[in-house]
Amino acid sequence: MRPHLSRLRLWCASAVLLWATLPPPLHAQTAPPPTVAAASDLKFAIEEVAARFEKQTGHRLRLVFGSSGNFKTQILQGAPFHLFMSADEGFVYELADAGKTLDRGRAYAVGRIGIIVPAGSPLRADGEFKDLAAALKDGRLQKFAIANPDHAPYGARAKEALQHAGLWSKLQGKLVLGENISQAAQFATSGSTQGGIIAQSLALAPSVAKLGTFQLIPESWHQPLKQRMVLMRDAPPGARAFYDYLGTPAAQEVMVRYGFAVPNN
Amino acid sequence: MDWQALVLSLELAAVTLLVLLPPGLLLARWLAVTRFKGKAWVEALVVLPLVLPPTVLGYYLLVSLGGASPVGRWLSDTLGVGLTFNFLGLVVASVIFNIPFMVQPVQRAFEAIPRDLGEAAAVSGLSAWQTFWRVELPLAWPGIVSAMVLTFVHTLGEFGVVLMVGGSIPGETKTIAISIYDRVQSFDLAGANQMALLLVVFSLVAVGASFFASARLAVRR
Repeated sequence: MRPHLSRLRLWCASAVLLWATLPPPLHAQTAPPPTVAAASDLKFAIEEVAARFEKQTGHRLRLVFGSSGNFKTQILQGAPFHLFMSADEGFVYELADAGKTLDRGRAYAVGRIGIIVPAGSPLRADGEFKDLAAALKDGRLQKFAIANPDHAPYGARAKEALQHAGLWSKLQGKLVLGENISQAAQFATSGSTQGGIIAQSLALAPSVAKLGTFQLIPESWHQPLKQRMVLMRDAPPGARAFYDYLGTPAAQEVMVRYGFAVPNN
Repeated sequence: MDWQALVLSLELAAVTLLVLLPPGLLLARWLAVTRFKGKAWVEALVVLPLVLPPTVLGYYLLVSLGGASPVGRWLSDTLGVGLTFNFLGLVVASVIFNIPFMVQPVQRAFEAIPRDLGEAAAVSGLSAWQTFWRVELPLAWPGIVSAMVLTFVHTLGEFGVVLMVGGSIPGETKTIAISIYDRVQSFDLAGANQMALLLVVFSLVAVGASFFASARLAVRR
């Protein structure tokens, strides 16, 4: 018992000692790079733009992706994001009205949605939903993925397009809701659903493109996806530089390649 | 492999363990040896984080400690710290979330110690503190080891609370569990696979080793 006991005492003593003199976490010592909260449809496009920006300017960025509505809520609760790239403009104006932002921001892209159908699905990718309507009737359609329309703008636009086609109520019970548009894309291409509505910017990324076929939904079937970004009041120089960089031809060329239209402010 | 997330998770687990161990031991011992009216409710409170969905806990932490709450505002005004969307916030959430994992095994271990052993120690002239230090703690040691391992491994695997109060910021709140979720969403299944496998193997080895160790300690006694 004796040697065992002394080892035990040593353990307890060191635990108490460490507890009393708890150091700040090791990683929190250098100032972290500015944080960009970006809508999930930007996942692949903004990663490429940010990589170019970092290489060109020497600034570092931290990118966080999620649904725009969740980011809005988190920023209202004090999340330390410096630049918010929303998938719509409403959330940006809400934050501006709440006094969280530097100004009312700038439109940086217009997004598009379309239907994606994974390889081997009995459904055909048809942007005007003719085959979707047929598949609903003949029972080929079991599950269909969209982003959560309550807080993800791409989900809200998908809902509008389905309502326009008169399919929204018929799809109840078959819809699978992704927490953001990336997750919806994951659901739509996983093979567990027969398809889904996702952002063109994701469908054009090589890792998604190889999983299925994609077709655009007519732009007039839903409200435009006017994507707007805004700097927070405490944005450091790196975040401001990235905000400016997003307006340059070099950045816009990447955005256009991922299927975004570039607005002329 | 997201090494940054792995290191962050290990740090979070270690800090959680260090913060929770001393008060957890005292609370467990107190619950094991005292009887009072309403004790069942205190014990229920201790177990609550185990049965509540992590989203409930995360939600309450967010609204009670977030920047918009009185507590959150007081903290940022007087101490200049926030408790949401940063590492410190994760530690607070993680400590609360792990209370049952720390307290329950230790409480059972203390309860298993025969009462008359304490009386014998007192008769032999040992003070209450000496009895705790020299008799009870060594006897409860296997339970304490399991509690420590469970707390550590459980922190590595924590997802819901971290998602609610963390915000998935790389190097700050993006733990390995969140990183796996992100990888799946960005269609990097190979990356997700690697990290998931690492977690499975690590957790299995840690829990298995602790069971093995406590069995051996029990035999040696």
